Amino acid sequence: MDTRFFAAWLEECARVVHEQREYLTRLDAAIGDADHGNNLDRGFTGIRQALAENAPKTPGSLLALAGTTLVRKVGGASGPLYGSALRQMGKALGDAETVGLAELTGALETGLQTVRRLGGAEVGDKTMVDALAPACVALRRAVEEGVKPQEALSRAADAADKGAKDTVSMQARKGRASYLGPRSIGHQDPGATSTALILAALRDVAVSWAEPGAAGP
Amino acid sequence: MKKLINDAESVVADALAGMAAAHPSLRVDVRNRIVLRASGPRPGKVAVVSGGGSGHEPLHAGYVGYGMLDAACPGEIFTSPVPDQMLEAGQRMHGGAGVLFVVKNYTGDVLNFEMAAEALAEEGIEVASVLVNDDVAVQDSVYTAGRRGTGATVLVEKITGALAETGAPLAEIALTGEEVNARSRSFGIALTPCVTPAAGEPTFELGPNEVELGIGIHGEPGRTRTALEPARELVRIAMDAINDDLPLSGDVLVMVNGMGGTPLIELYVVFAEVAAYLRRKGANVTRRLVGNYITSLDMQGFSVTVCRLDERLTLLWDAPVETPALRWGR
Repeated sequence: MDTRFFAAWLEECARVVHEQREYLTRLDAAIGDADHGNNLDRGFTGIRQALAENAPKTPGSLLALAGTTLVRKVGGASGPLYGSALRQMGKALGDAETVGLAELTGALETGLQTVRRLGGAEVGDKTMVDALAPACVALRRAVEEGVKPQEALSRAADAADKGAKDTVSMQARKGRASYLGPRSIGHQDPGATSTALILAALRDVAVSWAEPGAAGP
Repeated sequence: MKKLINDAESVVADALAGMAAAHPSLRVDVRNRIVLRASGPRPGKVAVVSGGGSGHEPLHAGYVGYGMLDAACPGEIFTSPVPDQMLEAGQRMHGGAGVLFVVKNYTGDVLNFEMAAEALAEEGIEVASVLVNDDVAVQDSVYTAGRRGTGATVLVEKITGALAETGAPLAEIALTGEEVNARSRSFGIALTPCVTPAAGEPTFELGPNEVELGIGIHGEPGRTRTALEPARELVRIAMDAINDDLPLSGDVLVMVNGMGGTPLIELYVVFAEVAAYLRRKGANVTRRLVGNYITSLDMQGFSVTVCRLDERLTLLWDAPVETPALRWGR
């Protein structure tokens, strides 16, 4: 997976977040403060602009630039969380010009650690960790089994999606929704949902690049 | 829902342009999203900087001026500002004595201010933060992100701002801010949800005869919902929650705050009940504020903040202040 692959991923994220911004904001209105979709949309639009102005040479520098852009544009909790996670993922990838599945898995795990450290959330707290952590577990297992990247990333996306849906029955213990106590139960967490969308975008890009005639990931 | 706006996307920038036009005492940098004292930094004075989501006007930009804030960083509606804003504000208002950040306890505000504090420290500028967490509606436990910062923010900004004006050192001002926070408690009640310009519809549904108890300031629902009662009963609920947490006696400052959509006549009805409650408890209301000080867009409702004063804090509260939204003694 090269720089162009990761640029395609961020481009797909921007497209999906823009398309789903009202859905994310609606989820947030139920248990938060009704801005998650618009905030992420502003951030990923900023990434599009930043990438149009700069052309990072490596996947690492591309993700780092994307992370810095999110921190600068988003605000709220999702700006520092997603932004720092992407930035640390970029650092973890170093100067490599292409990235294998194992390196990508390691970088995502670094992203998860960053989110945990900043937000202090664990699995079960009804946050983006509930989508990101199972995705990392699924990915690590796939690496160990030696499956193809598109299959591995499909499993990760499925795990994230299931993780996001599982937040419906949880009581929030971190973030704005925690103030609702038991009333947060019955609503899907917007942060876990956007994480699932971002990982689904990663899968979709990997699958389309693996199709005959396309440049393989 | 009707809003006096040009475009939902440009609400904050358009409002900042309006503030700049309305208040020559402010220097408003619309591009960087910061509001500064036009007089610039004062050498040897700690710069008091705050910020948070927009939609809580006059908080925070309305409190920029002599005796209160040196700068405010407005975020998008109900969204914390980004670290670049606080960094820019700190750099521009630093008078050589350090920067105090007044931060409300919301995850986003805390994270972004922490990142800005790190960046300022890397530039060799001394930074301290006061975290405001006065909302007794939140059970303070490991199961939440901690108590929210609400009405006491206004008090912390006023009192730390007054102390900074005397040339006091950063550490002392930060400690005093923490003391104000520790002596203050708030509780909020909503009669209606609010409407953010981007969503264009209420953030939650509330029946015509229902109220939300224990709201914050972001249009989020409170902890429980109950039937609308007379003001006296709603005040009793709010004041009992405060008094259970911080027994009220001695001299107190009371702020009865409107959430943005409640007329002053109702806030005075509430204030009368708050004053009567405190009299029954044997507390003396020595300082008071009634009005819209930390709002939630067009939400109807109120919050009560009580701070147990001592002589020193009373003097700092009485010290002159000259800002768009708070002004006396000068």
